[in-house]
Amino acid sequence: MTDFPWLLAMIAVPAVGAAVVAALPRGREETAKQAALGVSLVVLLLAVLATAAFDVGGERFQLTTSVPWIPDFGVDFALGVDGIALVMLLLIGVLVPVVVLASWRDEPVGRRSMRTFFAWLLLLESFMVGVFAATDVFLFYVFFEAMLVPMYFLIGSFGGPRRQYAAVKFFLYSLVGGLVMLAAVIGLYVVSANELGEGTFAFDTLRQVEIDPDVQRLLFLGFFVAFAIKAPLVPFHTWLPDSGAEAPIGGAVLLVGVLDKVGTFGFIRYCLPLFPDASRDLAPYVLVLAVAGVLYAALLAMGQSDMKRLVAYTSVAHFGFIALGIFAFTTEATTGAVLYMVNHGLSTGLLFLVVGMLIARGGSRQVGDYGGVARQAPLLAGVFLVAGLASLALPGTNSFVSEFLVLIGSFPTRPVFTVLATVGIVLAALYVLLVYQRTMHGPPRGVLLEPAPEASAPGTGSPAPVGGGGATAATATLDAPAAAPARLRVHDLTPRELAVAAPMVALVIALGVYPQPLIDLVEPAVAATMSDVGADPAGVTPEAPGGTD
Amino acid sequence: MTLTYYLVLAAILFTIGAVGVLVRRNAIVVFMCVELMLNSVNLTLVTFARASGTLDGQVMAFFVMVVAAAEVVVGLAIIMSIYRTRRSASVDDANLLKY
Amino acid sequence: METAPADGLIAASWLLIALPLAGAAVLLLGGRRTDRWGHLLGTGTVVAAFVLGLLCTLQLDGRRLDVALFTFMSTGSLDVRAGLLFDPLSALFVLLITGVGSLIHVYSIGYMEHDPRRRRFFAYLNLFVAAMLLLVLGDNFVALYVGWEGVGLASYLLIAFWHERPSAATAAKKAFIMNRVGDVGLALAIFLMFAQLGTVSYDGVFGSIGLLAGGTVTAIGLLLLLGACGKSGQFPLQAWLPDAMEGPTPVSALIHAATMVTAGVYLIARCAPIYDATPTARTVVLAVGAVTLMIGAIAGCAQDDIKKVLAYSTVSQIGYMFLAVGLGPIGYVAGLAHLLTHGFFKAGLFLGAGSVMHAMGDQVDMRRFGGLAPHMKVTFVTFGLGYLALIGFPFLSGFYTKDAIIEAAFDRGDGWGYLLGGLAILAAGLTAFYMTRLMLMTFFGRPRWEPGVHPHESPAVMTAPMVLLAVGSVAAGFLLVVAFPLEEWLAPVFGEPEAAEHVVAPIVVSVLVTLVMLAGVVTAWLFVGRREVPVTPPVRVSPVTRAARRALYADAVNESLFMRPGQWLTRALVFVDNRGVDGAVNGLAATLGGSSSRLGRTQTGFVRSYALSMLGGAVVVAGALLAVTTG
Repeated sequence: MTDFPWLLAMIAVPAVGAAVVAALPRGREETAKQAALGVSLVVLLLAVLATAAFDVGGERFQLTTSVPWIPDFGVDFALGVDGIALVMLLLIGVLVPVVVLASWRDEPVGRRSMRTFFAWLLLLESFMVGVFAATDVFLFYVFFEAMLVPMYFLIGSFGGPRRQYAAVKFFLYSLVGGLVMLAAVIGLYVVSANELGEGTFAFDTLRQVEIDPDVQRLLFLGFFVAFAIKAPLVPFHTWLPDSGAEAPIGGAVLLVGVLDKVGTFGFIRYCLPLFPDASRDLAPYVLVLAVAGVLYAALLAMGQSDMKRLVAYTSVAHFGFIALGIFAFTTEATTGAVLYMVNHGLSTGLLFLVVGMLIARGGSRQVGDYGGVARQAPLLAGVFLVAGLASLALPGTNSFVSEFLVLIGSFPTRPVFTVLATVGIVLAALYVLLVYQRTMHGPPRGVLLEPAPEASAPGTGSPAPVGGGGATAATATLDAPAAAPARLRVHDLTPRELAVAAPMVALVIALGVYPQPLIDLVEPAVAATMSDVGADPAGVTPEAPGGTD
Repeated sequence: MTLTYYLVLAAILFTIGAVGVLVRRNAIVVFMCVELMLNSVNLTLVTFARASGTLDGQVMAFFVMVVAAAEVVVGLAIIMSIYRTRRSASVDDANLLKY
Repeated sequence: METAPADGLIAASWLLIALPLAGAAVLLLGGRRTDRWGHLLGTGTVVAAFVLGLLCTLQLDGRRLDVALFTFMSTGSLDVRAGLLFDPLSALFVLLITGVGSLIHVYSIGYMEHDPRRRRFFAYLNLFVAAMLLLVLGDNFVALYVGWEGVGLASYLLIAFWHERPSAATAAKKAFIMNRVGDVGLALAIFLMFAQLGTVSYDGVFGSIGLLAGGTVTAIGLLLLLGACGKSGQFPLQAWLPDAMEGPTPVSALIHAATMVTAGVYLIARCAPIYDATPTARTVVLAVGAVTLMIGAIAGCAQDDIKKVLAYSTVSQIGYMFLAVGLGPIGYVAGLAHLLTHGFFKAGLFLGAGSVMHAMGDQVDMRRFGGLAPHMKVTFVTFGLGYLALIGFPFLSGFYTKDAIIEAAFDRGDGWGYLLGGLAILAAGLTAFYMTRLMLMTFFGRPRWEPGVHPHESPAVMTAPMVLLAVGSVAAGFLLVVAFPLEEWLAPVFGEPEAAEHVVAPIVVSVLVTLVMLAGVVTAWLFVGRREVPVTPPVRVSPVTRAARRALYADAVNESLFMRPGQWLTRALVFVDNRGVDGAVNGLAATLGGSSSRLGRTQTGFVRSYALSMLGGAVVVAGALLAVTTG
C-alpha cells in the first residue's frame, strides 16, 4: 500500500470532484452538496490512510511521487511529506468536510449558485493539499499562487456586503507577496545553477547548497515577505480582518485555518533550512514583529465591534505566537509552533463556525446586537465557550499544549520576547471573555429580541449594562430574572450544527488531554529543521549550574 | 554623386508630409500627407537600391506600395463612416477614445 | 524524602480525579435526561472520592508515593508526564476538598432545589472538585498549572451561574482575568525552572534548586507568589474575591472560602524547598500576607452585605496563612492548620449565611435582618459556633490555629517579628469586631425585615452539613494542634518539628489575643448592639468608614490604573490600525489609482497630438542612434 500515490490522489480527487460539481446542471444543488461532502470525506479518509502509511522513524520525506514537469528548468512535479506537512494535510482533511456541512444552508448571494461555491471549495482543497505536499520549490510556488484564485472567488462572490473590496485586497496583498517570492525562487534557481552547475528546484538538493550570506539575506527576505503577508504578521495584517469579516463562514474557516498556515509552514520549510545564516541574523527583527503582533492584535481584538473581525484579529495574535515559536530556534518551541498551526486551525475554526451560527440567527455581525443568548441556547453558548477557552489557551484544550510549548521553548533562548508574549495570555482572556459576556450573558437584548407584547421592551442596541460588580446583588433574586418577560427569538443548535461542532469540540479536548501522538509525528521533522538551522535538535540545555544573574 | 539630390528631395517630401499630418485637420488631407511620407520613403529605398546595385530596395518599395494601397482602402472607409455619422472630416472631432 | 512508586489503593488514586470529572462529563453531555438524578450523581461521585481519599490516606503511612499515568507532552529536552504525587500534604488537601466538598454538595441539593439549572450547577461543582484535586495531586508544575487554571474556569462558570445578572457576569469575568494575571506569574516561574534546570517535576526542581544562583531562586519565588496572590485573593490582586460572592452561596463556601482560594497557600507550602532557599521572597510573602490581613479586616468592618463581610474575612484569614507560610519552616504547619480549620468554620459560616438568605428571600443586606435567632435555631447555633471559632474564642478551632501563627510571628525574634505579631493581634481584634457586628445585625435586635418575609428554618438536607461543619469548627483546632498534632503528620514533608524557642511565652500570647478579641466584641456591641440599626446606611460617616466601605479603593485604583488606560489604548490602537496601518495601504492604492487617472488625461483624443509625440519619439530615437554611431 505504501506505493500508492496518496498525495497525488489527495490532489486529484478534490480537483475532479470540483469539476464534477461545477458541471452539474442548474437546480441540482442538493446533489452538489452531497457530492462535495462525499469528496471531502474521501480526502479525509485518504489523509488518515496516508498517516497510517507514514513511518514516523523513517526518511524525512515519505509517500513521494516525482514526475518530470519542465525538464529544461529542472522542475519536477515532486510530492512528499514530512511530519509537519502531514499534520497539515490531516487538518485540511478534517476542516473541509466540517466546512461543507457548515455551509449546507448558506444562501447564495446574487446570481451565483451554491454549486459554484462547493466547486471552488473543492478546488481550494486540492490546491491546499498541493502546497503542503510539494517538495519542489517551483511547484510550491505554483500552488501558492493558484490557491488565491478559488479563495478570491469564495470571498468575492459569496461574501458579505463589502466582499469586492475584501477580495481585491486579499488578492493584491497575496499577489505582491507572491511576486516577491517568485523573484526569490528564480534567484534560488540561479544560485543553485552557479553552485551545482545545473539549476534545480528540488528542495532536498537546495537544502545542501551553501549560499553566500548576503545573497541568503536577500532571498530570505523575498520568501519572508510572502510568508509574512500570508501568515500574517503585523504590519502586513490588515487584509485579514477585511477578508475574514467579508468571507462566507466556510471560506473564513479555511482562510484562517489552513490558507494562512502556508505562511508559517513556509517559515519552517523554506526560510529556516534554505537560509540558515540569514534566519539566525534576522531572527530578532522577526521576533519583534511576532511579539508586537501578539500584543497589538490582542488589544485591537478587544476594540472590535464586529465579531468576525474580532476573530480575525485574535488569529493575528495567535500567528505572533507561532512566529515566536519558529524563530526561537528550539525543538520545543518549534514543535509547539507546528502544533499551534493545527490547533489554531481547529480552535479558531470552531470559533468562526460558532460565530457564524450566531450570525445566522441574528443577521448581524455586531457584538452589540446580541445579549443573553446563553439562557435560551445553552448548547450554542457552551460551544462558544469551548471555542473561546481554546482560543485563550485554557489547559485541557488543545491550544494550551501548543502555546505552552511555544513559550516554554522560547524562554531559554529569548526570555525578553517570551515574557512580553506571556502578557498576551491575559489579553487573550480579556478579549474572549468580553465578547462572550456581551453576547451570551446578561439580560436578553439585541436583534434577536422577540417583539414585546407591550411597547415597554428594552430598546435594541442599547449599550451593555456592565455595572460595578455586586452593586445590584442586594436586590437580585435567586432565580433571576424569573419573571422577565423578554425572550429571544433564538433556537439552540440544530442537529446539523451539532454535527459540525461536535467533532471539532471533541478534537479540541482530545488533543488538549493527550497531544503526545501528534508531537511524536511532528518532532523528527522539527529536529531535522533545527539541525539545518544550526540549533541543537535535542532541545534546550538547562543553564544550571551557574545561574543567569 | 547625384544621390544627394534624390535624398534631399525625399527628405523635403517627408517633411512636408509630416508637417501636413501635424497641422492639417481635414482627415483626407492628413491621409494624403501620410501617403506623401510613404512615397518619400519609397524614393529613398529606390535611390539606395540603385546606388548599391541590388534589387532589395526596389522590392521593398513594392511592398510599401501594396501596404499603402491596403491602408488607403481601410483608412478611407473609416473616414467615410466617420463623416457619415459626425458630418465632419476633421480629425479633432473624432476624440471618443480619449482617457 | 525518597519518592516511591505507588502501591495498593493509592495506585488507583487517579480515580479521585476521574470520578468527579466523569460526573461532570455525564451531567454536561447527558443533557436534560439527567435532570432528575443529576444532583445525586454529582454528590455521589464526590462522596465516593472522599471515601477513596480517606482509604488512601489511611494506607499512606507517611510515605511519598508517585502514580505515573501517561506522557503528556515530551519533545526535545522537555518531558512532561502526567503523574500524581500522594504524600501527607496532598492527602490533607484531598480530605479537605472531598470532605467539605461532599458536605456542600449535599447542602446544594436543598439550596438549588428550585433552580431549573441545578444539574448544570452540580456538573460545574464536580468539575471544580476534579480540577482542584488535580491541582493538589499533580506531581509536577504543569499538572499544577492545569489544575490551577481548571479551578479558575470552574470558578468562572459558577460565579456566572446566574449569568442573566450583569453583575454576576462581570464578577466572573473579573475573577478570571485577575486570576490570569497571577497565572502569568506561575507560568513564567515554570519557564524559568525549565530554562535553568531542564525539568518541571517537583522532584527534579526541588532536588536541584540548590544549584541555582540566589537571584534566580528569588525570581522563581516571587513569580510563584504572583500566581498565589491571584488565586488566593491576596494584595494586590484581592479585588476579585468579594465580587465573586455573586455566585450561589454553596460556591462561595466551597470555592471562595474553603478550598480554591487556599491554593496559594498550598503552592507556597508545596514549594517550601524553593522558599527555604530565598529569604527575600519569603519576606515578600510575609509583607503580602500582613498587608492583605489588614486590608481584609478593615474592609470587613464596614460592609452591609453578609456575604461580603465573610468574603473580606476570608481575604483577611488567608492573609494570616500567607503570613504563616512566609515565616518559613516555623510557620508552614501553623499556616496549614489554620487553612484546615478555616475551611471548616468559613464553609460553615457561608452555609449559614446561605440558610439565612434562603429564609429571607435572598436578601443579603444585613440591615434588613435582625432578630433571626428564635426563628432559625439550628442555623443560629451552627453559625454561632462558626463565629466563635473564627474570632478565636478560647478552646475552639480558631483559638489554636490563629495563636500558633501569632506565636510563630513573634518567634522570628526580630523587630519584624514583633511588628507582624502586633498586626496579627490587631487584626484578631478587628475580626472579632466585624464578626460580632454581623452576628448582632443578623440574629439579634429588632427585626428589620422587608415586608412579606417569613423566616423559616432550612430543610434537613441543608442543616445537616451545617451541623457537621459546626462540629468540625469546634473540634478541629483541638484535634489538629493538641490531640493528633499536624506537625507529626506533616513531618515527612517539612521535617521533624523542633522544640521551638519561644520569644514570648505562648500563654502570654493567648491571653493577649483573647483580651484584644474581647475588646473587639465589646466595641462591636457598643457600636451596633445597643443601638437601633438604621435600615439605610448612614451617609455622614467618617473618612475611615467611607474608605473601608469601598475596600480601601482597590476597585477605584484598578479602574483608573488599568481599565481606563486600557480602554483608551484599545480605542487609540483601533484608530491607528484602521487609519494608520490600513490607511497607509489604502493610501498607496489610492495614490496609484489617482496617478494613473492623471496620466490618462494626457490621452487627449486629438490624433495630431499623438502624431506629434510619435514624431518626437522618432526624432529622439534617431538622435540617440546618431549619437551612438558617431560618438
